[in-house]
Amino acid sequence: MKKLSVLSILVAATTLLFSQASLAACGEIVLGSAISLTGKYSTEGLNSQNGYDFAVEKIRQNGGIKIGGKCYNFKIIYYDDESKGDRGATLAERLISQDKVQYMLGPYSSGMTKAIAPVTEKYQIPMVEAEGASRSLFNKGYKYLFAVLSTSEQYLASAITLAAEMAEKKGKQASSVKVAVAVENDPFSLDVRDGVVEDAKRFNMNIVLDEKLPRDLSDMSAILTKVQLLKPDLLIISGHTKGAVTGVRQIGEKNIKVPMIAMTHCESADVTGKFGATANDILCSTQWAETLSYKDPIFGSAANYDQEFKLAYPAYKDKEVPYQTAQASAAVYVFKDAFERAESLDKEKLRDALAATDLMSFYGPIKFSEAGNNIAKPMVLRQIQDGKYNVVAPSAFASHKLNWPRQ
Amino acid sequence: MDQVLSNISLLIEFPIVNLKIILDGLMIGSLFALAAYGLALVWGVMNVKNLAQGDFVISGGYVSWWLAQHGMPALLGVPIAFAVMWGVGWVAYKLVIRRVIERDLFTSLLATFGLAIMMAQLLNLMFSSDTRSIDLGFDTLYFADGLIDVPIAKLIGVLMAAGLAAAVIVFMKSSRMGQAIRATAQDARAARVMGIDTEKVYAFTFSLNSGICGAAGAIIVMVWLVQPFYGIAYSIRAFVIVTAAGLGNLPGVIAAGLGIGALEQYGAHIFGISYQQAIAVILLLLVLLFRLIQQRRNRQVLK
Amino acid sequence: MTKLKRKTILYALILAFSFIAPFAFPDFGTQLATLWLMIIVALTWDMTGGQMGYNSLGNIFFYGTGMYVAALIAIGMTYNIGDYTVASGGGIFEFSDLQYFGGMFIGVLGAGLFCSASAVVIGYLTFGLRGPYFAIGTLGVAIAAGELVSNWDWAGGGQGIALPVYPGDLDIGKIFFYFLFAGLGIGVFIFVKWLYGTRFGAAINAIRDDEEKADAMGVHTLRYKLYTWSMAAFFVGMAGGISGFQLIHFEPVESAYQTINLGIFMVVCVLLGGKGTLWGPVIGAILFHLFKEITWNYLLGWQWVALGALIVVTVVYFQDGVMGYLQQRYPELFGIRVERKSTEEAA
Repeated sequence: MKKLSVLSILVAATTLLFSQASLAACGEIVLGSAISLTGKYSTEGLNSQNGYDFAVEKIRQNGGIKIGGKCYNFKIIYYDDESKGDRGATLAERLISQDKVQYMLGPYSSGMTKAIAPVTEKYQIPMVEAEGASRSLFNKGYKYLFAVLSTSEQYLASAITLAAEMAEKKGKQASSVKVAVAVENDPFSLDVRDGVVEDAKRFNMNIVLDEKLPRDLSDMSAILTKVQLLKPDLLIISGHTKGAVTGVRQIGEKNIKVPMIAMTHCESADVTGKFGATANDILCSTQWAETLSYKDPIFGSAANYDQEFKLAYPAYKDKEVPYQTAQASAAVYVFKDAFERAESLDKEKLRDALAATDLMSFYGPIKFSEAGNNIAKPMVLRQIQDGKYNVVAPSAFASHKLNWPRQ
Repeated sequence: MDQVLSNISLLIEFPIVNLKIILDGLMIGSLFALAAYGLALVWGVMNVKNLAQGDFVISGGYVSWWLAQHGMPALLGVPIAFAVMWGVGWVAYKLVIRRVIERDLFTSLLATFGLAIMMAQLLNLMFSSDTRSIDLGFDTLYFADGLIDVPIAKLIGVLMAAGLAAAVIVFMKSSRMGQAIRATAQDARAARVMGIDTEKVYAFTFSLNSGICGAAGAIIVMVWLVQPFYGIAYSIRAFVIVTAAGLGNLPGVIAAGLGIGALEQYGAHIFGISYQQAIAVILLLLVLLFRLIQQRRNRQVLK
Repeated sequence: MTKLKRKTILYALILAFSFIAPFAFPDFGTQLATLWLMIIVALTWDMTGGQMGYNSLGNIFFYGTGMYVAALIAIGMTYNIGDYTVASGGGIFEFSDLQYFGGMFIGVLGAGLFCSASAVVIGYLTFGLRGPYFAIGTLGVAIAAGELVSNWDWAGGGQGIALPVYPGDLDIGKIFFYFLFAGLGIGVFIFVKWLYGTRFGAAINAIRDDEEKADAMGVHTLRYKLYTWSMAAFFVGMAGGISGFQLIHFEPVESAYQTINLGIFMVVCVLLGGKGTLWGPVIGAILFHLFKEITWNYLLGWQWVALGALIVVTVVYFQDGVMGYLQQRYPELFGIRVERKSTEEAA
């Protein structure tokens, strides 16, 4: 698979060369990105990279970026950050000082973004990132960091609201809900946990279990045994793809009966494909779903994006296109939009244009707060129902009713 | 701290959980013991401290997973992974290990470490960093109100591990090669004088170790999961066990393996699973320290 | 030209080059600084590994601990550490120039002292171990420390710590960090060059050659071992502290206690250059760093395979390193007189 993608990149690179020669009229805008091609985030890193590349190609096919009557195309320089923060920071430094990159795309994961953001900030290089959701990125006063995605405390907080609603429906008080939390020990999941804990406190809920998952997780039966004993009403799991895989598998094996289970990264872990019926009725948070009614002139509707992406990258044919890919494409799209509004290649003008972004995309509305996070787009919560991901919350987007309690 | 206390109180409130933790520990411990036995073998016979032990385990898991992807019955993956990894071990022996036997003790640690880095990265390039597992689709047995669950897949895995261990014991005791291996372990020079081709014995021992690891990996992929960078976790456990049990002490290795599996599960229950790796390493340090104190009494050092 | 003169010119040239390098290659400032870091950790590893015969795999413990101690001191001097490190990020913390440089100075110094003290404690517990057990034991200490720190929420836990950015001009900041590392590196070099010439150096060499005999001759071996390791730890701790400020953001397992990266790289550097020699670690660090930067640029995805292969090949086929090779090939350079016969025959 990996070989194939390397090959496809090579092919893409050669076609790029040729098309460059034929379309001599178009200039080139170079973006830089340190992305995880090896190490623990390499799957997610590849998902993001494919999203970036797909968007670059789509924008090229649609006539490129028009700045002052001249047309440009994007070109991305990638380096492999090996899923290690210090490596990422060094590479960002290299992209900026040796490759003279003036505009950056983000890496995968909050941790990596945290490592790189101080560097881009220091050199005043605008960075649009699509994969770093932790709030700790957006209260440092960074001026050159823009994130198209919703921050991580929102990922599973809506599950708390859902659990409260369900309790009230059954005539119980929301404060009677018992919550169990198991999250990975990394910036993203810790912030997911913080969001959940804050919301649970608002309802005065009781957090009966609050544990961290190790990085090299392969067994969480110790936690699930405690879940069996403490009988919570809501179980929260967040640990990138391996958290989702291990969680779903052992929940099935141990026949865990919790009325509501919510986790992150179901799609990129492909839990429906791997575990079939076991995954049913699990709630999954997502930044984006192909069933939502967002739309833009380049990618078309969300459903259209899903379809065309699967055509361009057949490896995703039998899977969900992960939202990580969609938001990566959206980040490139934000750059295009900002360049055209800035009508300049100057990075300061571009930064101001980015800050003023107010864009509707296939990925959803994008508008940045002062701090750089996207405040226009809501998170959605999907439930796996008969192997399908159906949106169940928030109610404005819900296409299906919530199955509760989980069997 | 509160969390630790409430976790301990759970153990007292629901005594059955102790049984469950011990059972879980024994199951994973049996696989640690398998990998550790291979390590004890190469350490004892040829004085090679194989830091790539865990990566041989993980590679075996990928062999089995790859075959299952291509329609092979998953249970057959165990013997096939054994055979394939035997071959890989033989190649590794001829290219690298052969040249580090009886060299500076530190050399084999570093050389196999380099090997470990290469193997992990090659696996990552071939199979990506996704976690992989095989779902056998067997049922789970439940006892004590569903609190104790024994997936049949796990049970089969443990039985296979036990079977393999038994086969190796019988082989070492009764076959010609087994005797030659034990003779070489006792005194390589004397063995050579007696006409044993030690070069052949070494190659065989290392391949056997690699095969055992491969089979362990094939069991792990059925019961837990594998990922290219998980090798180090199994290497650490193997070192803990061998250090605790000493070389050339097979029942000791098995007992230590099971014991460490159980201790680790207890630690994970009380302190939380994010301490699992730390617990394994601290056990290693404690074992070293304990043996050091033992030796100091005899005015000796641990070599 | 006399030998002394030649040596003086050589040293002057190297020193001059070290001063000019960051200005001549401003784009490579960070890589050049990292090169000095590699030289520092390789030289200090060789103090115990090469000169004393104790192969530690746990020197990275001092690097990581140094990083944390320096950062916590620098932050703690100005703010409440618990507020600074909460998971949701805490907010904006401003540091004035005085707070930044003062915090860094005291932090880095404190890191060195703390590591040097912890080397005595760990050494007291582990120096009874020999050979592979010492290597495994020290590796265990480093791994355990990384795992424990990543569960220590007060110190940032798994999300690590973000330090303030260098105040002032960036290009000057880069050169500032370069000279911090270069200064420390040159200091370490002068120190070990002096040390190996003293009675102390002879004593630790005696420990390497035969510890029992050295003990019997009246060398207080444990004391010498502790002193040596604690000196090495002092420098590594300081280097770790500086690295923290240079990286700005770091986390426990992969940047601070990076056992399978820098922790092993330093050993490979020494083996590549030649164990137990003065120049070996320096040459090894330069070669290794070059190799790493080249493969990381041109072998994307395969760089770790290449690195693993380099380690295997170095260890298995080339264990005496560059210096060992040179010593064998051109013994006169090292003041060793041999019959010229063998080389003549070869020619």
